[in-house]
Amino acid sequence: MADCDEALHELYQYLDGELTEERREVITSHLNACGECFEAFDFQTELRQVVAHKCRDEVPEALKARVADLIEHEG
Amino acid sequence: MADQATFAEQAMPLMGSLYSAALRMTRNPADAEDLVQETYLKAYRGFGGFTQGTNLKAWLYRILTNTYINIYRAKQRRPDETALDEVEDLYLYRRLGGLEAAQVSRSAEDELMDWFTEDEVKGAVEDLPEQFRMAVLLADVEGFSYKEIAEILDIPIGTVMSRLHRGRSRLQKSLFDFAKQRGLADEDDDPDAPPRRQPQRAR
Repeated sequence: MADCDEALHELYQYLDGELTEERREVITSHLNACGECFEAFDFQTELRQVVAHKCRDEVPEALKARVADLIEHEG
Repeated sequence: MADQATFAEQAMPLMGSLYSAALRMTRNPADAEDLVQETYLKAYRGFGGFTQGTNLKAWLYRILTNTYINIYRAKQRRPDETALDEVEDLYLYRRLGGLEAAQVSRSAEDELMDWFTEDEVKGAVEDLPEQFRMAVLLADVEGFSYKEIAEILDIPIGTVMSRLHRGRSRLQKSLFDFAKQRGLADEDDDPDAPPRRQPQRAR
């Protein structure tokens, strides 16, 4: 079973889905047992969703049209 | 010559995410439009070299970042590696989330989405030094894997990880600064002090 420091050390790799299956299970069982780490990991997951969600912009229609037109003319 | 219909069908729907990334990179709508336009033109001309069945989005991002670097880095003369202060991984959580979440049985996540405005989050991302900004955008906004980011930016995976690490920590620090400005958090940085983000809500 991983301790808190170990879990925290692998926080990002865990959230990024970059751990091996084996390490992932070790960290998951720590999170299931440790409310404090679970909350912290949960917060980081949410934060990431906030960043992803709020960094979206609509493409200006004029840009879409211009690019389509350019490609058309490239032949 | 590349198949126009195939290119249009596959690449055009990805323009939204490329344009958003271009905006974060250039921090300017006119430059972002130019960057996307240039990227699509290069991509179309090089589409014959793209292997169908491989990741088109990653391929387009590689063209986008290379084009950006060629045009804008030369212009800005930014140093290649910027030093960022070491900030703890849970910087924001320790200041905004931890105590609250532990004390009440609901988690902080219900509100985290509402804590920061779109402009604040975009601003915090755009304030990151370039190489950290790119890594954070590719991972957190676009969901690319470390390996894909390494290929897009042409850097080793270890460098991807360290840039992500530092970029994410710095991002949290910027967000905390916004929270302080709006009175969501105390001026006091002390993580042991209870956060006062919702003084109006008694529970």
